[in-house]
Amino acid sequence: MELTELTIVQAHEGLKNKEFTSVDLTKAYLEKIKKSDLNSYLSITEELALAQAEEADKKIATGEFPMLCGIPCAIKDAIMVEGQKCTAASKILENYVAPYDATVIKKLKEQGAVILGKTNLDEFTMGASGENSAFGATKNPNDKTRVAGGSSSGSVAAVAANEAIYTLGSDTGGSIRQPASFCGVVGLCPTYGAVSRYGLIAHASSLDQIGPITKNVEDAEIIFKAISGKDKMDATSTDYVYEKANVEFKNLKIGVPKEYFAKGLEPEVEKIIRDSIEKAKNAGAKIIEISLPSTEYALACYYIIGPSEISANLARLDGIKYGLSIEGKDLLDVYLKSKGKGFGDEVKRRIMIGTYCLSSGYYDAYYKKAQEVRQLVRQDFAAAFQEVDLLFCPVSPFPAFKFGEKLNDPLSMYLADIYTIPSKLAGLPGLSMPVGKIGDLPVGLQIIGNHFQENKILSVASQLEKI
Amino acid sequence: MISKKEVEHIAKLARLELSEKEIEKMQKDLSAILDYFDLLKSASAPLRQGFGETRKANVFREDKADEQKREVAEKLIDAAPDKKDGYIKVKAIL
Repeated sequence: MELTELTIVQAHEGLKNKEFTSVDLTKAYLEKIKKSDLNSYLSITEELALAQAEEADKKIATGEFPMLCGIPCAIKDAIMVEGQKCTAASKILENYVAPYDATVIKKLKEQGAVILGKTNLDEFTMGASGENSAFGATKNPNDKTRVAGGSSSGSVAAVAANEAIYTLGSDTGGSIRQPASFCGVVGLCPTYGAVSRYGLIAHASSLDQIGPITKNVEDAEIIFKAISGKDKMDATSTDYVYEKANVEFKNLKIGVPKEYFAKGLEPEVEKIIRDSIEKAKNAGAKIIEISLPSTEYALACYYIIGPSEISANLARLDGIKYGLSIEGKDLLDVYLKSKGKGFGDEVKRRIMIGTYCLSSGYYDAYYKKAQEVRQLVRQDFAAAFQEVDLLFCPVSPFPAFKFGEKLNDPLSMYLADIYTIPSKLAGLPGLSMPVGKIGDLPVGLQIIGNHFQENKILSVASQLEKI
Repeated sequence: MISKKEVEHIAKLARLELSEKEIEKMQKDLSAILDYFDLLKSASAPLRQGFGETRKANVFREDKADEQKREVAEKLIDAAPDKKDGYIKVKAIL
């Protein structure tokens, strides 16, 4: 087996048994990344990676070392790694260097992780295809004429193409799960509050969550365990300790939301998802059709709440504190020009939508209404989880699409996240795992759980992986 | 369709400079998206406050500044495009 094909657990065993060193592993990955034509990385942190690998090898030599020690990973370029560039794939932060580590990075570093580089994304994590990156789109390793999904495009492509053992991504409306489905890897979006957001460049703060992208479910569990927990730097993080669960299929009630199998879902995707549900049924699970009646409103609700928060969060990029600054005749002129020149089309569009929705006279009709609808969406899920343990549904209505196919029609692009957005509005955890293919194109199953029940999701997913 | 004037007004509120071409495209895109939002008007179900929410309590901390490492503070100032003697320079607003 090639060094770059190993999972976390396999690589850990190899390091323990002295089959190879962390420096060997790291060099194998760096070589692979440099030869890649996928545009999955925005920067390679070679010097840092090699220094970390050498440090890890010293720790490994003592015989006692944590699971992630010496394991090479990559980080979405919206998450800060001290001393390294953090661009959010935007021209406005093209030369921005992170002044401190995100909490998740601190936690990985404490274990002795090796950071290979920063991965590509849609600008400021806004997009469903990776095409909104100011530095070029990431190609899907399964079919290079197609998108990798988004916004964590580089993070999923890197794992799918063996350019990192695991990566971190972030999910605001589906940005981990949807690209994981498009590229055929495992992606976990944790419960809102399970993982600290400190050091993640903000998109929409009531929705953003960092999560792992891995080759299998076991690895996702390892990373989730490593990065989750309360952080005093993020008031929305929760005092939560991951505990492994062993769910038996014969005691499991799986809900299948009928609204997720309605018009718009490609028949071939539906068939693959139905087959997975059948497998769970054959393994002893009880399948219950449920209804989430507010589903049809979720997308509109999300595209009011998200952009409203964006219009506030991105106001800080004003050419004064950091990033691109364009000379102007007065202060206002500096703001106008720096933002006008620095932001790409989708970011501008969302700032405009958000500003519109929050502007005087429109607030009640849009933002306030959307908050009410968000509560309806939450209620739907809360009612469903009184009846069932987990939900099984598609991740996206279609597999990876061609470059340019949806670029000029924002609304059709937004539909790519139609099954990941509702649970996100409710702050629920969701996992995407590859369960089939249409030709070369992977299709992911989404497993949604109740708040802080990642353990149930992961237990069921890891059993399903083996069926 | 939302008017050119309206787009210009929102862009000004957002502190965004848009080209003529961008304004035109924005009129089209925003109109389509805002029309789609009309869907929400038909959403009506009884609200059960708090049902399904993760957080039941606020998070407070003492109103006290945390010590920050000097080197981090220096890096933050360093990131500013225009600075002098440890201060960020801003154009006069009066």
